[in-house]
Amino acid sequence: MSALRLALVGAPNSGKSTLFNGLTGGTAKVANYSGVTVETRSGIFSTAAGDDIELIDLPGIYGINARSTDERIAVDMISGRLPGVAAPDAILVLIDAATLRTHLHTVLQMKAFGRPMIVVLNMIDLAERDGLELDVAKLEAALGVPVVTARATRAPGRAALMERLAEEAPKWARNDSDAPLTIPELDLKALQTDARRIAREATLHEPAANKFTRTVDNVVLNPFAGPLILAAILFLMFQAVFTWATPYMDGIEWLAAWLGETVAAIMPDGLMQSLIVDGIIAGVGSVIVFLPQIVILFTFILLLEASGYMTRAAFLMDELMLRVGLNGRAFIPLLSSFACAIPGIMSARTIENERDRLTTILVAPLMTCSARLPVYTLMIAAFIPNETVWGFIGLQGLVMFGLYIAGVVSAVIVAFVLKRTVTRGAAQSLIMELPTYKMPNARDFFLGLWMRVAAFLKRAGTVIFAVSVILWVLTTFPLGAEGLRQTIAGRIGSILEPVLAPIGFNLEIAIALIPGLAAREVAVGALGTVYAVQGAEENTEGLAAVLQSAWSLPTALAFLAWYVFAPQCLATLAAARRETNSWAWTGFMFVYLFVLAWLAAGATYHIARFAGL
Amino acid sequence: MGMTLEELARGQIARVIGFRSEDSGLEPKLREIGFAEDDEVEIVHFGPLMARPVCVRLNRTLIALRRNEAAAIEVSIG
Ligand SMILES: Nc1nc2c(ncn2[C@@H]2O[C@H](COP(=O)(O)OP(=O)(O)O)[C@@H](O)[C@H]2O)c(=O)[nH]1
Ligand SMILES: [Mg+2]
Repeated sequence: MSALRLALVGAPNSGKSTLFNGLTGGTAKVANYSGVTVETRSGIFSTAAGDDIELIDLPGIYGINARSTDERIAVDMISGRLPGVAAPDAILVLIDAATLRTHLHTVLQMKAFGRPMIVVLNMIDLAERDGLELDVAKLEAALGVPVVTARATRAPGRAALMERLAEEAPKWARNDSDAPLTIPELDLKALQTDARRIAREATLHEPAANKFTRTVDNVVLNPFAGPLILAAILFLMFQAVFTWATPYMDGIEWLAAWLGETVAAIMPDGLMQSLIVDGIIAGVGSVIVFLPQIVILFTFILLLEASGYMTRAAFLMDELMLRVGLNGRAFIPLLSSFACAIPGIMSARTIENERDRLTTILVAPLMTCSARLPVYTLMIAAFIPNETVWGFIGLQGLVMFGLYIAGVVSAVIVAFVLKRTVTRGAAQSLIMELPTYKMPNARDFFLGLWMRVAAFLKRAGTVIFAVSVILWVLTTFPLGAEGLRQTIAGRIGSILEPVLAPIGFNLEIAIALIPGLAAREVAVGALGTVYAVQGAEENTEGLAAVLQSAWSLPTALAFLAWYVFAPQCLATLAAARRETNSWAWTGFMFVYLFVLAWLAAGATYHIARFAGL
Repeated sequence: MGMTLEELARGQIARVIGFRSEDSGLEPKLREIGFAEDDEVEIVHFGPLMARPVCVRLNRTLIALRRNEAAAIEVSIG
């Protein structure tokens, strides 16, 4: 028998994902529904009574009047409005116990759907520490639905809920009908009055707002100190990505080189050896090297989110973003885009204004994603001296920071221009809750990190693996070719050469850019393969050293400038296509990025040459 | 003519008495995130750059709003 479907509903930061991980063990599968761009995580667990329950983690909502795409997805899912997806069999409503009074009306709205439900007063540990005292039995009687308290982060804290689920689940009926539930017409004001009366009667003691949060906010949200702290955090984040990761990266690099040499020594010379050593180990290895940097970047992003700082950052950035034409809420998608533009583009769904969302999606690829890190790192290692400036800041780190800033500044300019031309639109709103500060939970942090790392490794193992092999074929055949130019890759590259020569790119770069379309970081692997095949034995000292002798400094700088804009990442374009639901906007994104990349690389090349570099 | 949340000084505590806005969509948004009659509100922070966003304490929660949104919330002091 199929599992009962239970939708997890609650405000942002009420602990839905934490509860989800706790109940399902984090074994989520991402479900895609045809026709709509919905990605919800769902996972299965069993109650003590033996019922299987499929839990569905939904985007955060405050009620049923959806404002953003994200919220619409949640409301559509609950009410069975997603094409081909039946309404869930029951609803689990999560409320932060500490803010019961403010959020209780959501429960009444959900109740009006007429589905079985359970209310969870989550973060009860924090509420009690603040001194809040609730009469749960009274609340349950007044609401007429089961109510339990929970501490989603701990197994004992979820025990009461598990018990209740075991009791309630057998009473739920499976709903297979595609017919949508009617969205109740409710008078919000009357509903709030009811909710507040119920909450007041069930509250024995309500203390003042959390003091710790207030104290920290006095500094963090201070109009002067706040932006400085934010800048310092971002600076620290990028320095960390660049300096802390180095020993691990050296280790992985060494391992890849060792593996290549060992295989080369064991295997007989020939095509097969070349495929494995030059194609696979060089190609995949050059990408895996960046795992440490990706881990550090996501560590920062996940911790900033879980601690509650991220929404503060959005608040601090709002005015600046407004002046550009964006919205403070765009800060979070744009910051995630530093890791990867795809989750960034998807999380733009939280922006309620369609025009703002579109602008955010269009500029998201300008944020330096982690796939560009390999390219930057390689270039910087090869061409920027490892010196210290002002006594403590590494020059290489500084250049890296400069490249990130170049991305941000161009995003600002592009957004500014777009908002005044093609994405002009109506006023927008902020209205965003700032959660209390919390100690991030280790288990959820590691689960989140693992999900991202796994996605990266999967790419390295599939896309990048395949591209490395294909590229090896293209650069190796026809056998007996006289130099790179005569290989298949060389011939394809020559077609592009006339376009790229004016901006200082050589044939090798032209060749590397083609597979770079599959994923940006592949360009590094591709350069690795191109030069490995070409140079055969002598270049064992690593790609950086090879490039140092093969490229002029202006070419290297132009290549860096190209990558600030580089439009080539098929997955990002596909995500943009899905989220904008428009080929025209996707095409626009590709073209404007390509033109900017070309112009920036060209300008860099010629200025550098003129300056005598 | 009553006061609005926007006109409060920082730290001045007031109660919500109603909503007024030309944008009819604003009231439901404010209500859903939690604003309702008789709630205690207070501006706890102004954003940087003499900014439009303000950070408001609503009972035990914190909400970031723009000034024009705060201006849609009518309050009374004391
Ligand atoms: N102390 C405590 N923290 C919690 C609890 N539930 C969630 N959290 C924390 O609250 C933050 C937000 O939780 P999350 O699951 O991401 O919320 P979501 O936005 O609803 O998915 C995270 O830092 C969690 O670790 C709880 O019951 N007790
Ligand atoms: Mg979540």
